[in-house]
Amino acid sequence: MKPSVRGQRLIAAFLFGCLAFDYPILALFNHEGTVYGIPMLFVYIFGVWLLLIVVMAIIIEMPD
Amino acid sequence: MLQTTVVVLASFAYLGLLFAIAFYGDKRAESGRSLIANPYIYSLSLAVYCTTWTFYGSVGRAASTGIGFLPIYLGPTLMVALWWFVMRKIIRISKANRITSIADFIASRYGKSQLLGGLVTIIAVIGVVPYIALQLKAVSSSFTLLVQYPSVVAEKASSVPVLGDTTLAIAIMLAAFTIFFGARQLDVTERHEGMVAAIAFESVVKLLAFIAVGIFVTYGLYDGFSDLFSHARQLPDFNALITLGSGMSYGAWASLTCLSMLSIMLLPRQFQIAVVENVNEAHLRKATWLFPLYLLAINVFVLPIAVGGMIHFPDGSVDADTFVLTLPMAHQQQALALFAFIGGLSAATGMVIVETIALSTMVCNDLVMPLLLRIRRLRLAEQNDLSFWLLSIRRAAIVFVMLLGYAYFRLAGEAYALVSIGLISFAAVAQFAPILLGGIFWKEGTRAGAIAGLLAGFLVWSYTLLLPSFAKSGWLAIGFLENGLWDIALLKPQELFGLTGLDEISHCMFWSMLFNVGLYIGISLVGRQSAAEHSQATLFVDVFKNTVDAPGSRFWRGSASLPELFALAQRFLGPSRAERAFAAYARKRGLKSHQELKPDAALVSQVEMLLAGAIGAASARVVVSSVVKEEPLDLQEVMSIVEESSQAIAYGRKLEQKSRELETATANLTAANERLKELDRLKDDFISTVTHELRTPLTSIRAFSEILRDNPALDIAERSRFLGIVVKESERLTRLINQVLDAAKIESGNAEWKSERVDLAELIEEAILATAQVFTDKNLRVSADLPASTPSITADRDRLMQVLLNLLSNAGKFCQPDTGVVEVSLKVELNTICVGVRDNGLGIAIEDQTVIFEKFRQGGDTLTDKPQGTGLGLSICRQILSHFEGKLWVESVPGHGAAFFFSLPLAAGEPGKSSPVGE
Repeated sequence: MKPSVRGQRLIAAFLFGCLAFDYPILALFNHEGTVYGIPMLFVYIFGVWLLLIVVMAIIIEMPD
Repeated sequence: MLQTTVVVLASFAYLGLLFAIAFYGDKRAESGRSLIANPYIYSLSLAVYCTTWTFYGSVGRAASTGIGFLPIYLGPTLMVALWWFVMRKIIRISKANRITSIADFIASRYGKSQLLGGLVTIIAVIGVVPYIALQLKAVSSSFTLLVQYPSVVAEKASSVPVLGDTTLAIAIMLAAFTIFFGARQLDVTERHEGMVAAIAFESVVKLLAFIAVGIFVTYGLYDGFSDLFSHARQLPDFNALITLGSGMSYGAWASLTCLSMLSIMLLPRQFQIAVVENVNEAHLRKATWLFPLYLLAINVFVLPIAVGGMIHFPDGSVDADTFVLTLPMAHQQQALALFAFIGGLSAATGMVIVETIALSTMVCNDLVMPLLLRIRRLRLAEQNDLSFWLLSIRRAAIVFVMLLGYAYFRLAGEAYALVSIGLISFAAVAQFAPILLGGIFWKEGTRAGAIAGLLAGFLVWSYTLLLPSFAKSGWLAIGFLENGLWDIALLKPQELFGLTGLDEISHCMFWSMLFNVGLYIGISLVGRQSAAEHSQATLFVDVFKNTVDAPGSRFWRGSASLPELFALAQRFLGPSRAERAFAAYARKRGLKSHQELKPDAALVSQVEMLLAGAIGAASARVVVSSVVKEEPLDLQEVMSIVEESSQAIAYGRKLEQKSRELETATANLTAANERLKELDRLKDDFISTVTHELRTPLTSIRAFSEILRDNPALDIAERSRFLGIVVKESERLTRLINQVLDAAKIESGNAEWKSERVDLAELIEEAILATAQVFTDKNLRVSADLPASTPSITADRDRLMQVLLNLLSNAGKFCQPDTGVVEVSLKVELNTICVGVRDNGLGIAIEDQTVIFEKFRQGGDTLTDKPQGTGLGLSICRQILSHFEGKLWVESVPGHGAAFFFSLPLAAGEPGKSSPVGE
């Protein structure tokens, strides 16, 4: 993978994170519902957070 | 179990362990087997971001704002995705320029400005020392709480005398640690391997401690997350905790995310760990996902611990900041409580150590040294060995910063100013963002713009965040907060110019960034850069393009002497270190010792860089210029140098090469075209000449045949004379046609060539014998001068014979009868064998000496003289010889005969063109 492509993918991951962690997407999950008894927003934020880390790991660890 | 002595012993045992680890790390580094040279240690050491503010404070924040504690960790996660662009560049620049701190970085970028370096240092000290105080306070209050076991309600801790204060003892130990592992010796790279190893260890301890408490609360006290949260529903404001909007607005959420994105790079301790202590740029890759993973792991249990604490202490008697300790204590988990305390201690000590190293480096290099160097009375620049001075100042700065933190902690106590310092501190260092990020991506930023922007941002921050926090602590009259400065409502610190509706952090960030960025860009665009600023800007922004080994060397013009430079390095680095550094540099240059070094621009910049590692870029600039008689470059010159940067030169060279290739190709094409035109003309000439030459014999044959036909009465003698002419002319015609065919064959490459060993001497004798008739007819003398033995050559025997016969018969043709002499010679030269045929006939006019080798061209006037041959002989000879890579030429003085020579290469194994065999 070319360095510039890696950089662009990381920027895309960054933009995805900005979008997912901010209004208005965040507002979609900002209610009192639960998933298996755990608050919705808590699950959403930690889920997206983990997803973002996995995506970044894949982008970064992909061989050149 | 949790008696004071046990807790004290555990604390100091833990600190002792840190000493041991750091010591081991330094030992390993000295023996060249670095403990920290791997991405895992690097990622762990980055977690120095998580202080007691995270360890204890996150739970406290979660108890009041619920999910609102998260932006502080989501911001860094987002930012590391951009580190590929930002941090990689900062690290590359810092390594290339021996940057030792964030103040050094900014000062260096803007023309090595001491003013800017000092300003950054002051802002960092004001913004961060209270943060150090907060760590000490956390250690102090957690200690006080723990030793009160089994009571979980904290008493006022301020009654403890200074001398009996465990916190002071810990602060002193930390100062000792920092001096021992941060300023034991002057290191030109300013890296502290042992310290980093200890910090990575601390990161592991605090993570394990926090997760242990989290698991205890979630799975020990409750039956997992869902059970915990279902119990939490009974809390009165539970819904506010698990949603955004009531506790914290979306705007505040976003602004906190942005703020922490900046802090993760700009906090002095983060810069120290991520940039200065970075061993290898490649470690950044793994850290890009390992560090966010650490943040995620340490935050998973924050909300569970917070709601667990709120359920267990519903009356609010226990401070939410202490839940990590008090929850295990309330359930008689003494060992876990002690572990949690050690975890908090590790979070505090890690932050204090790295922050103190970073701040002391800045205070020493960018504040104290420049000032001392300016005081001429001290004659510091003339001292023989300044390395002792430097170390002393560095150590004093460490003690100073640590004591400042302790003093602030003692003075501020429970004050609002201390409790809220976390975010205030973030906002302070965020003021570095425009000039730092602008500095590495935007070349036009000027020193004046940077100073103005930073100063404005700092002043707005002080007015809208710092002073109000003092006022809320009761240190300032609260009136200016409620009514504005001089009772002007528009100047209310937290509703500046009437702006309402924002929380205090967002409010401060908006106004400070407006003035900071606005002035930075505005003044940069209005003003002009000096030459030094421009060269630094180019070095920083184009760091990935610039592959020159010694940056800055191109922008320097002046004179220096080697002893002076060496003495300078000795003064600041100490004799042995200077010696080693110079020797290493000389080796890199391929020289035996540093005595052979030339005091050129590259060496001067190398010395400056060495010193920059010890005393900062701005100070290094000043001391180096004291021994270097520098001739300043004007902007125009620097511009022209910059324009010729290595990249441009490389591109230019490529372009030049291409255009040269193009020119050559064009020239070749033109030549080929000319040749084609020439060949076309030759073909026309050939045809007209051939027809002309054929017509001459034909005309005479026809004329004599007609005479014979029309005059049957001719006598027999006349008749046979005429028939003789017809036969002779027919023979000439046949010969001519044969030669035309031969020439055409050779030229088209269809001739048959044999390749055999030929003895030239023998061949010459044979040829003379064959032409003997011609010479006897005209009574000519022929002599041959042949060496006894000649090496044989590889050629076509018949063709060479043809050449010899042609040359001999030509010689015979042009010699006067009776007096003519023809001499044949054979000489063996180095690589060639050369044959000459000399006559004493008419000779050849100079202008004809080249044309006789062309087809149908003969010497003399062809219109008046009777043609003596076909005009093809010499042309064919030349082609035969060139086939065997030989040459044919003539030497002649008109009136004194002519000499034809041909040479053939001796080594010629095979002829140049292989003949199609069996055609």
